[in-house]
Amino acid sequence: MRHALSIEPTPTGIARAPEVAAPYLEISDLWKSYGDFVALRDISLSIAKGEFICFLGPSGCGKTTLLRAIAGLDLQSNGRILQGGRNISTLPASNRDYGIVFQSYALFPNLTIEQNIAFGLENAGRSRAEIATRVNELLATVGLSEQSKKYPAQLSGGQQQRIALARAIAISPGLLLLDEPLSALDAKVRVHLRHEIKSLQRKLGVTTIMVTHDQEEALAMADRIVVMNHGVIEQVGSPTEIYSHPKTLFVADFIGETNQFAAKVLKDGAVEIGHSAFDCSTKDLEAGTTATAVVRPVDIIPHGAHAHVVSAVDRPATPQNLIDAEVREMEFLGMFWRTRLTAPRLGERTLVADFSVNAVRRLNIETGGVIQVEIPRDRLLLFPRSA
Amino acid sequence: MNIALEAPYLPLAGKRLRQETSRDDRIKFGLMAVIGLYLVVALGAPLFVMLSKSLSTYRFDLAAFEFQVSDETGAKWGPVVTADALNRTLGAVAEGDLASSADGRLAATKFFPDFSFRSPVHYRIRGTTDDAAFLAGSTLEKGTEWREYDSGTFRRIMLRPARTLGLDNFKTYFSTPALARSIYNSVLMAAISTVVTISIAFALAYGLTRSCMPLKGLFRGILAIPILVPSLLPGIALVYLFGNQGIFKDWLLGYSIYGPIGIVIGSVFFTLPHAFLIILTALSIADARHYEAAASLKASKWRTFTTVTLPGARFGLVSAAFVVFTLVITDFGLPKVIGGQYGMLAVDIYKQVIGQQNFEMGAVVSVILLVPAILAFAVDRRMQKRQVALLSARAVPYVPKPNVRMDTICFAFACLVSFFILGMIAMCQIAAVVKFWPYDLTLTAKNFAFDLMDGGGWSAYANSIRLALLTALFGSVIVFAGAYMVEKADAFRFGRNVFHFLAMMPMAVPGMVLGLAYIFFFNNPANPLNAIYGTMTILVVSTVTHFYTVAHLTALTALKQMDPEFESVAASLKQPFHRLFFRVTLPVCLPAILNIAIYLFVNAMTTVSAVVFLYASDTKLASVAVLNMDDAGDIAPAAAMGMMIFYTNVAAKLIHALLARGLLARTQAWR
Repeated sequence: MRHALSIEPTPTGIARAPEVAAPYLEISDLWKSYGDFVALRDISLSIAKGEFICFLGPSGCGKTTLLRAIAGLDLQSNGRILQGGRNISTLPASNRDYGIVFQSYALFPNLTIEQNIAFGLENAGRSRAEIATRVNELLATVGLSEQSKKYPAQLSGGQQQRIALARAIAISPGLLLLDEPLSALDAKVRVHLRHEIKSLQRKLGVTTIMVTHDQEEALAMADRIVVMNHGVIEQVGSPTEIYSHPKTLFVADFIGETNQFAAKVLKDGAVEIGHSAFDCSTKDLEAGTTATAVVRPVDIIPHGAHAHVVSAVDRPATPQNLIDAEVREMEFLGMFWRTRLTAPRLGERTLVADFSVNAVRRLNIETGGVIQVEIPRDRLLLFPRSA
Repeated sequence: MNIALEAPYLPLAGKRLRQETSRDDRIKFGLMAVIGLYLVVALGAPLFVMLSKSLSTYRFDLAAFEFQVSDETGAKWGPVVTADALNRTLGAVAEGDLASSADGRLAATKFFPDFSFRSPVHYRIRGTTDDAAFLAGSTLEKGTEWREYDSGTFRRIMLRPARTLGLDNFKTYFSTPALARSIYNSVLMAAISTVVTISIAFALAYGLTRSCMPLKGLFRGILAIPILVPSLLPGIALVYLFGNQGIFKDWLLGYSIYGPIGIVIGSVFFTLPHAFLIILTALSIADARHYEAAASLKASKWRTFTTVTLPGARFGLVSAAFVVFTLVITDFGLPKVIGGQYGMLAVDIYKQVIGQQNFEMGAVVSVILLVPAILAFAVDRRMQKRQVALLSARAVPYVPKPNVRMDTICFAFACLVSFFILGMIAMCQIAAVVKFWPYDLTLTAKNFAFDLMDGGGWSAYANSIRLALLTALFGSVIVFAGAYMVEKADAFRFGRNVFHFLAMMPMAVPGMVLGLAYIFFFNNPANPLNAIYGTMTILVVSTVTHFYTVAHLTALTALKQMDPEFESVAASLKQPFHRLFFRVTLPVCLPAILNIAIYLFVNAMTTVSAVVFLYASDTKLASVAVLNMDDAGDIAPAAAMGMMIFYTNVAAKLIHALLARGLLARTQAWR
C-alpha cells in the first residue's frame, strides 16, 4: 500500500513537495463501548512518523483499550484508523504492521532466546543464515549476545523485557507498541531500561506508542504525551507543555503535585483565595467565576524570615503574592525538603512547598519558624469549576 | 462524577464495525464447527432422542383399522367392521395388552377366530386415519386406501401401534411400586455412602496434610488403587469375603451382603479416591498464617479446627460430597454384582432394556436418573466458581509440627484404610489364582482361560486395550483441540459458550443414560451414522464423550496458565496460529495432554455403564466380560479378568510416568 500523499517525481522535475507532512498514524472519531460502558469517547489523534508517544492516565482511563484498537486486538466500536495512509480500521491484527511488547513480556517459555527472536522472521522466505545474522544483530543491539541459548525463565525481568523488545523489532515494523513495558520491573532497572528503549527508538526511528500510568516515565521518554481520563483525551502535548501548562485540573493534578485552593476571579489579573487577593493570569475568565487555583510545591519561592527583599531570583517579587507562613512540618526527602505551611491569608488549608536543601540552609528555615514565601504570579494556575 | 457512567452517546451514523476475518479465523471457525458438531452428534442429539422416547407411548388403536371379509367366491363383500368392534364382541385382545412398544405387532387374524389360511375367503383392510399403519409381510402399508389380500397373505398382516406423546410412561413408572421404590433406594444408598466416604476421606486427607505421620507417599499411592479397577471388582471381593461361601460371613450377624450393606461398602471403596483427592487439594491450600493467628490468639485445637480448618475446606467437602453422591447413584456395576434384589435406578435401566426390551421404560428411568445427577452437577459448578476467590497467591503453605499422639492416630487410621483397600484387591487376586475358594486353595491358572467361558474370552481383553488406546488417542486430540478453541479463539463468543456448555454436560450424564441414548440415536436405520452401530467406533465415541468433561477441564486449566498475549504476539509477528500452536502451545501443555490420555485410558479400561448397551459380538470388552461372567456364575474368572484390567492399568500408569519423565526432560528443559 502506498503512502497516500507521496508524489511521484514528475517529468518537469517538480518533485515531492508535501506542503503539510501527512501524519503516519491518524485516528479519527474513535469510540469503544462495552455494553453501556463507554471505554473510549470520540478519540482523534495524529502521530507523525518517528514520534515517541506516551498514552498516560490512571488505570481504566482507556489507554490500553486505545492501544489494542490500534493493534487490531480489540476492535473499536466506531471510528477510523489510518496507518501510513492505509485504512487499517477493520484489518485483523495479523494484517497490520506493528511490533508489540506486553507488560508480561509474553516470551515463549519453551523456546530459547534465539528462537524467540527468530519466531517472527521464519516463514517469510528468509534463509537460515539470514535469520541467524539478523538474530545476532538484534541480540547485540539489546546487549544480550551471551544469553542466546538460554530459556526466558533463566533471565532476569529486565533481560526478558529486552528480548521481548528485540522480538518485536525483528520484523522491522512501521509501528512499535509498548503496553506498560516497564511496570513489572523494579525501580532501578526501570530507569535504566527506559533510557535504553528511548535511545533504541531514536536509532531505529520507529514510530512508537507506549502506554504507561507512570508520569515520570512518560515525561522522561515521550516526544508528546497523550493524557487520558475516563475514555477521553484531556491534553496532548510535549512533556514540558503538559507539566507547565496543564489544560485541565485533571492533568495538573495527575502530573506532578499540586496545592489546590477554592478561588474566585475578582477582576482581570486578580483572584481571591481565602479572604485575600492574589495576582495571576486569569486567562479571559470573567469576574465572579469560581475556580480551583493550583500551585505546585516546587514553584513556591522561599524568601526567608521577614525579609523585605526582592526575590532571590532575578526579578521583582509580586508584593500581592508574598505571604507570611508558619512552618508546621518539615520532611527531608534527600533531594529537597518538603514543608507544610499554614498561612492566615490562605485560610485553613495547608500549603505544601518543596524547598531546595540549599535554600533551607541559607534562609535558616526550621519547624515552627515564620517565613515569607512567594506564589509566583505566572505559576498560579486557574481552572474554572463547573457548576 | 464519572463521565463514562453517563448515558452513552454513540454516533448513530453507520453500524458497529466488524473486523475483517483473517485466514486464521476461518480455519479456527471450521475447526470449532467440526468439534462442536462432534459434541452435538455424540451428546446433544442422542439425549434429545432419548428424552422424546421417554415421552412416547405406543398403543394399538383398534378403532383405526377397518376390515371387510368376502364370501367364499371372493366376489361378495360383507359389512365393514372396525377392529375395535370385533374385539368388543370377541375379547380377543385384553385392554391391558393394547399397550405396546415401538416394535409392537398385533396379528390381524386375532380378530377372525374362524380364520384359515387355506380358505378362499378374501380380506380387505384399511386405516381410518392417515397414520394407521400395518405390515403386510415386511412391507409397511399406511393410509385409508382399501387393500385386499387372500387368506394366505392375510395371515401375515400385522397391525402397528400408534405413537402418542405424553407423560404416560412416567405415570406407569410411578404407579409401579417396584420401580418407584428404586428412587428411594438409590438416594438412600448414595446418601449413606457419601457420608461414610467423606468422613473417611476427610480424616485421611487431614492426616496427610496436618500430621507428620510417616509413609505419606505410599498411602497416597494405595488410595489411588480403586480408580484402576472396575466398580464391579469390589462387588466380587465382597462376595468372596462375606457372600454365601464367604469366610467372614458370620461377621454380618446374619445380614446378607447382597443388598444395601454390600452396596455401601463397595461404593465407599470405589468413590474413596475421588473424594480423597478433592479434599486433599482443599486442605493443601491452607494458609499457615491463619494457624499462626489462631495460635497467637490462644485458640484451642478444637476451635482452630472448627474456625480455620473446616471453613477453609468447606468448598472441597461440598464438591467431594456431590461427586461421591453422583458416582454412587449412577453406578451400575457394583449394584449389579452385589445388589441382590435391592432395586437401584441404574440397574433398572439395564433390566428394562436388556431384560425386558422395554426401551421406553428404560428411557423413563434414564430421565429420572438425570435429575439428581444434573442437580448435583449444577450445585457443584456454582460452588467451584465461588472457591476461586478464596485462593490467595500470598498464602504461606502450612507445615505440620510433629505430635506423637496425633501422628500415631493418623498413621493407624491410614493403615486401616489401606488394609481395607489392599484387602479387597488381595481377595480378588487370591480368588483369581486358586482352584475353589475357600475349599481348595491350590494355585491354578484355569481362571485365566477366558476362552473357555462365556463373556468374550481373551479377545474381549484385546478389544478393551484397543478401545483404551483409541480413546486415549482420539480423546486427547478432540478434547485438547476443543479446549483450545474455547480458550483461545477470540471471536465467536456465542459459539464458544455453547461449546463450553456442551463440554461440561457429560459430567451430568450417567453412563447408562448415555449408552441408552446411543441405542436410540444410532440404532435408527434412518440415521446416516447408523453404520457405526455395533462397531468399535461407537464404543470409542461413547467413551470419549462419557469422560469428556474432566479431560476438558484439565486441558482448559493448562491452557489458562499460558500467557493470553501469546496469540497477540504471534499475530503481530504475522505468524499463523497453527505455528504458534505446534511450536509453543502444544509443547508447553504436553504434561497436561499426557494426563488426559492416561485418564481416558484408565477409564476406558474400567468403564461398564455406557458400553454395556453398545458392544457387539465382535467388540466385547474386558469390563463387560467381568459383568457377564459374574452373571453366569463364573465368579473366579470374573475376578481374574478384573485383575487383568488392574494389571493393565498399573502398567499403563507406569509407562505414563516413564514417558512423562523422558519426554519432559527433552521438551520441558525450560522448566
